Amino acid sequence: MDTEEKSNQLEHETALNNQTLYWQANLKLLAKLLVVWFAVSFGCGIILVDWLDQFTIAGFKLGFWFAQQGAIYVFVALIFVYARQMKILDRQFDVGDDDSNQEPQS
Amino acid sequence: MSTQVLTYLFVGASFALYIGIAIWSRAGSTKDFYVAGGGVHPLVNGMATAADWMSAASFISMAGIISFIGRDGSVYLLGWTGGYVLLALLLAPYLRKFGRFTVPDFIGERYYSQAARIVAVVCLIFVSFTYVAGQMRGVGIVFSRFLEVDVNTGVIIGMAVVFMYAVLGGMKGITYTQVAQYCVLIFAYMVPAIFISIMITGNPIPQLGFGAEVTDGSGLSVLQKLDGVLLDLGFSAYTAGSKSTIDVFAITAALMFGTAGLPHVLVRFFTVPKVSDARLSAGYALVFIAILYTTAPAVASFARLNLVDTVHNTAYDEAPEWFGNWENTGLIAWHDKNDDGVMQYGAGAALSPAKPIFDVDGTRGSHGERLLNNKSTESANEVYIDRDIMVLANPEIAGLPGWVIALVAAGGVAAALSTAAGLLLVISSAISHDLLKQTLLPRITEKQELLYARLAAAVAVCIAGLFGIYPPAFVAQVVAFAFGLAAASLFPALLLGIFSKRANKEGAISGMLAGLVSTFAYIAYFKFVAPELNSAEYWLWGISPEGIGAIGMLLNFVIAMTISHLTAKPPATVQALVDNIRIPGGAKAAENH
Repeated sequence: MDTEEKSNQLEHETALNNQTLYWQANLKLLAKLLVVWFAVSFGCGIILVDWLDQFTIAGFKLGFWFAQQGAIYVFVALIFVYARQMKILDRQFDVGDDDSNQEPQS
Repeated sequence: MSTQVLTYLFVGASFALYIGIAIWSRAGSTKDFYVAGGGVHPLVNGMATAADWMSAASFISMAGIISFIGRDGSVYLLGWTGGYVLLALLLAPYLRKFGRFTVPDFIGERYYSQAARIVAVVCLIFVSFTYVAGQMRGVGIVFSRFLEVDVNTGVIIGMAVVFMYAVLGGMKGITYTQVAQYCVLIFAYMVPAIFISIMITGNPIPQLGFGAEVTDGSGLSVLQKLDGVLLDLGFSAYTAGSKSTIDVFAITAALMFGTAGLPHVLVRFFTVPKVSDARLSAGYALVFIAILYTTAPAVASFARLNLVDTVHNTAYDEAPEWFGNWENTGLIAWHDKNDDGVMQYGAGAALSPAKPIFDVDGTRGSHGERLLNNKSTESANEVYIDRDIMVLANPEIAGLPGWVIALVAAGGVAAALSTAAGLLLVISSAISHDLLKQTLLPRITEKQELLYARLAAAVAVCIAGLFGIYPPAFVAQVVAFAFGLAAASLFPALLLGIFSKRANKEGAISGMLAGLVSTFAYIAYFKFVAPELNSAEYWLWGISPEGIGAIGMLLNFVIAMTISHLTAKPPATVQALVDNIRIPGGAKAAENH
């Protein structure tokens, strides 16, 4: 194996490794956000709704508020947090789709 | 100007706008027709997605249903918004990176199998047609009440308009009309909501008015007052649930995962330029949707309060004008059981059978009410109210001016048409692209494919119209099940296609079929075969047919993974494809292949 081939292979492996790390970071972020997604909807809005109803917030029983208002606000926030965090990860691992590192169009 | 004239004016102007946009944005290529050329700004796409998503059910029916079932109505609010989180985090960016035209395209390619593609096409057509039939009925309702034309005429006018912009403009035409339709529908929804919120609580923001004190000097909040009033009339409290927790859980899950698996929503994210745009666009879409979805429960509570106030213990002779208007459409009925001329409203069905059967000769009773052939029930309740009218009648109940009523009519039509168009487009592209170009007639040129796409759209519009004119009895019942079927069939195949490199064609096909068949069988059994058994004691683990899609989905996942591990790995090219869609870089614009 000559040196050029070797360095090509090395580059290829580094790229693969980089991709794997990027994917793991993505999965970790997904797991965190989906825990919140589950907690506000199925958790506060459904499973714990009766227990939470003993507290009041701005004229609402708390469980009822989560089920008919609160969870929706959190959903919106989750998507924007995801979009922002992913943009950061994209840049960190240099796999983003900014025009600067776009592959040449075929 | 009379309300009638204003309504014609508003609806007519909105139609002219949609058709104008259609002519301006004619599709010139298959890429224009399927994915609007692939260059739609994420904000524009978000708005179009919101209109695509919010159907006649969201605009007309949802607040009405919540109004009558109170806290249990949360399943729709949570299910139909929470699905966007799954869509944005788990599917949309990767499908955008994949960069083709349709959802079956992805399934066919990822599972390297024409059979998988065809199964996906079948699931897609099944889900989309059940859904579109409901939209045409919505158009019919709005027309029959506000324009006082025959329901059938209304459906035909609606069809003609959709025909114009869906067939001419394809996805490109639909995208820009949907933006216009979103503006019309959200304005039409918010204006009466704000008026009513001010009237009842003095707070102009319905989301805050929902929790505020009623301005009648009682010092009670809206929800406290509503709970009290309903308990007095024999209903259960508005803020208490009556469905079992497991059923609420399952229905919400079926609606959420179904939302994420709906082809007409997914395909909207194929139209943005980049992967990062797809993520962002889903966020914008949910903002636009949340404006309506957080207002709807507030409107629901205000409407119920208003309704009880105006109807209960009111003499029929003194009932406001809207009562008679809606009675004429058959969506309200009054049966004077104790013959005192005063309407008593309360818990329980007023009539037996529950829907009013009006006297065919149109005979009026001693107080001027339409006479009914129904039997009386034991209950003291004398008033039948169809849930669908709550949003449409709200401006009249609250005594708002004629232009607001006209606006709501235009909004209802916009909501129904925008969703119908989106659905018709995915049906036509599944036929022209997946069935013809990719399977049966691979030799056709792009020009011919475009022609077939237009023809398929035209045929789909006609079939949808027939469903609207001759609604089969099952349509209204199955619309909600489109979600369960989407959750049980498409969602797992899409998710595994991205997140598991091990999932193969054997697994995906058997999973999709198992999910679709089991869910369909459970629904068909309780809705059509043995409807008398449709109650919690006979349901599997207490899960209603509405929620069974969640179980079908789990079954799909388990079967797909088990069979995938027992059979051969997907080929290396497919594993490379999965690696490729997992990184955003180098996303090419959607292209033909």
